[in-house]
Amino acid sequence: MSNVKITKVAKAGTLESNDILIMVKPNEFGKTELELESIVMQQFGEVIEQVILHKVQEMGIEGISIKAQDKGALDYTIAARVETAISRAI
Amino acid sequence: MEKLRRTMLFMPGNNPGMLQDAAILGADSIILDLEDAVSLTEKDSARILVREAIKTIDYSQVEVVVRVNPLDTEFGQPDVDMIARVKPDTLLIPKANEEEIKLVDKLLDKIEKEEGYPLGCIKIIALIETALGLENVYNVIQASSRTVGVLLGGEDLTADLGIERTKEGEEIFYARNKVATVCRALKVDAIDTPFTDTNDYEGLEKDTAKAKGLGLTGKSAINPRQIETIHFVFAPTEDELKRALRILDAMEEAEKEGKGCCSLDGKMIDAPVINRAACTVDQGIRLGLISGEGGAR
Amino acid sequence: MKTILGREIPDYIEGYGHVRPFQGAFSDVGVKTRTAVKLTSVIPNDQKVLSSLEDALDKLNITDGMTISFHHHLRNGDYVLNKVMERLAARGVKDLTVAASSIFPIHAPLVEHIESGVVTGLVANYISGPVAEAVSRGKLKKPAIMQTHGGRARAIESGELHIDVAFLAAPTADNYGNINGVYGDAACGSLGYAVADAEYADKTIAITDHLVPYPAYPIEISQVFIDYIVQIDSIGDPKGIVSGTTRITKDPVALIIAKRATEVIKASGLVREGMSFQTGAGGTSLAVAAELKKIMQHEGVAGSFASGGITGYLVEMLEEGLFRSLFDVQCFDLKAIESYRDNPAHQFMSASMYGNPHTKGAVVNNLDIMILGATEIDTDFNVNVTTGSNGVIMGGSGGHSDTAAGSKLAIVVTNLMKARLPIIKDKVITVTTPGDSIDVVVTERGIAVNPQRGDLLEKLKMTNLPLMTIGELKLLAEKITGVPKGVETSEKIVAVVEYRDGSVIDVVRKVSSVS
Repeated sequence: MSNVKITKVAKAGTLESNDILIMVKPNEFGKTELELESIVMQQFGEVIEQVILHKVQEMGIEGISIKAQDKGALDYTIAARVETAISRAI
Repeated sequence: MEKLRRTMLFMPGNNPGMLQDAAILGADSIILDLEDAVSLTEKDSARILVREAIKTIDYSQVEVVVRVNPLDTEFGQPDVDMIARVKPDTLLIPKANEEEIKLVDKLLDKIEKEEGYPLGCIKIIALIETALGLENVYNVIQASSRTVGVLLGGEDLTADLGIERTKEGEEIFYARNKVATVCRALKVDAIDTPFTDTNDYEGLEKDTAKAKGLGLTGKSAINPRQIETIHFVFAPTEDELKRALRILDAMEEAEKEGKGCCSLDGKMIDAPVINRAACTVDQGIRLGLISGEGGAR
Repeated sequence: MKTILGREIPDYIEGYGHVRPFQGAFSDVGVKTRTAVKLTSVIPNDQKVLSSLEDALDKLNITDGMTISFHHHLRNGDYVLNKVMERLAARGVKDLTVAASSIFPIHAPLVEHIESGVVTGLVANYISGPVAEAVSRGKLKKPAIMQTHGGRARAIESGELHIDVAFLAAPTADNYGNINGVYGDAACGSLGYAVADAEYADKTIAITDHLVPYPAYPIEISQVFIDYIVQIDSIGDPKGIVSGTTRITKDPVALIIAKRATEVIKASGLVREGMSFQTGAGGTSLAVAAELKKIMQHEGVAGSFASGGITGYLVEMLEEGLFRSLFDVQCFDLKAIESYRDNPAHQFMSASMYGNPHTKGAVVNNLDIMILGATEIDTDFNVNVTTGSNGVIMGGSGGHSDTAAGSKLAIVVTNLMKARLPIIKDKVITVTTPGDSIDVVVTERGIAVNPQRGDLLEKLKMTNLPLMTIGELKLLAEKITGVPKGVETSEKIVAVVEYRDGSVIDVVRKVSSVS
């Protein structure tokens, strides 16, 4: 997979404990932009960012703006929610 | 040794916190649910989450069962296709009839081949919740060699029958009998329908005892707090265990002495009694109530 | 300078003074003295009731640099601290030290007084909410002093914590200063945390919204300790003081932890006639009481006492004959208040009687089983209940270190992970209770026994309980959550954590980023 385009706004996940809410939309400049909020920002912020960006790359996505609100999700949940949001947006 | 299925705990497939804790709640099997516990708009989300959970979380202490959506909906086949690739122990097939089981069996054959898994490693439990499925349960089980059990779905079955579902459960008396008997005949597990009042432990105990009394081998649970009660009912009592051990001892003794038959307390012990004693001891060992050497702890 | 736990602490802390580092739970014992109290004698016809708080403050002559005290029996419903501080601020008093046994979110207005310099010192056993955050941000001029319930009583009685004026919120008072907490709109039950303040402050004023004819009864705090009484409209919001009922949690994971903890208790051999027990009001802790009750009933044993903050659940156990008596320092719900008022077997206990290490024996010394919580535990079993995993103050010892030190079996019950945060660390951010006092940690995924308790470990090996080392338990959690990044702190010390004997067990440093 490469150069898959995000065509609409979509979201996945929830704001419940142990979950993460991911919102994605097309990025006009073709860039990947991530805005992350997390209750464990200090301890796991970098890891969460990596998991999200890795999933975006793995799915071959370019030109995406992501807003993530994390409530202590584990990596598997983060990856699942990103994948769901992206698959809903392409 | 095959694991027990005294309790099969339903867990909503789209709830990360519950998926994380599912393995430690004490149930023998966990059913990660993609069907009724997931709204129509979240089917894709739950499917992906459950897939990731099975890939990541240590579920080695429990049997991982995934309830997929009915095969005649748009979600059923994609569920099987995505979930089977991460090799759950078992799929629970709702509204099961012969055709559904055959279809899933074929899908699993294909996926196991593609993924390089041993053929037949993913098992099937048929969820019997229609009148047709119930009447045809023998053939449903026979439809795939993967089938290791039947779960009786009392709510949907009574709806299909157009009768009222009650706490006492007299209306599913026949269904329980039928499922228990057929499962025993085909040597697969017979799992009872859940008890839906999660705050009524006395009612749960009665309902479980009723199912056990009719020959069902386990019960599904919709709340972790139900597990202890169900295990309590299904565990052999100390007296039952002691008696079973004495029967097996007497039999061994008779064999050593070259006797054709044996007796205990002046009564003849025949083959069914010995078989039952062996089953009880086997369960006692599996539950850790007695050690493998046989001595009661 | 290092404590015996290896924590690096300066010899001298600006705004606190010379530091006596923690040297072990029972290193500071022996002959002790209580301080003499200065008082003004009252003669017949003197009037103690003053017309208003303003009038009282005129009489009390509170000046810059004084220490004033409050108790926390009205918990998150307390109006008294805020009302007094508002008036004092209006009078232009500066540089006060507020010695409140605990501070709650309702005390948020204190932040302004900290910022304006009205308050420059804080002494408390527990701080949560906006004040805790402000302290963590370094807004308080001097480091806050965080004590234990027993340690506060000790500090006051020894004279180490001198109180110029004690403001006693009194749910019921008469016109000569006899006080109880069992009647009135703001009834809170036991007034155990207010006793040392009343007895040792230079001046003591009761603030009540329920003034009754002399004599009030029962009497929890006597007229001989009270200088003045002031009546105001309301001293507190009942909704914030007590909960209506205390329910056992339905959280399945908490119930599993409770069940395991109870199996540990049973295996320890402490379930026996005359046993004693204490637990908190938190979900998991209370669930342990419920599980223990089943076992006590099954084994047919009756305990001697349960102690601490008392909930309706413990009252039920008393009424069912599972304990002969309750020692009550604080009531958590309406049922506890009623029982404390009406049942002579439900007894009063002051903070000093509860946990002061420098008395002729505190109740904690007679405690068999103690159920404790934890924000963090380290591989040396040290427990943090003072700061969150982000380093920000969110609590404090309360009776944690007192009961852990006194009890025969101190069990920490906790989820192995909270959201994504693992609870077991190499080093806790802040040591509240030393690991020597903790016997076993029970989580939903495994149980770790303190290696110093080989006897307990042997007993537990006879069970099916999932035993592992604390190190294995830590790895198990990190396998699930990942390894969290440590908290970055600055050098600035924002709070000094005193052990119950007054030595310094740790300090809290200002965190670089406060969310």
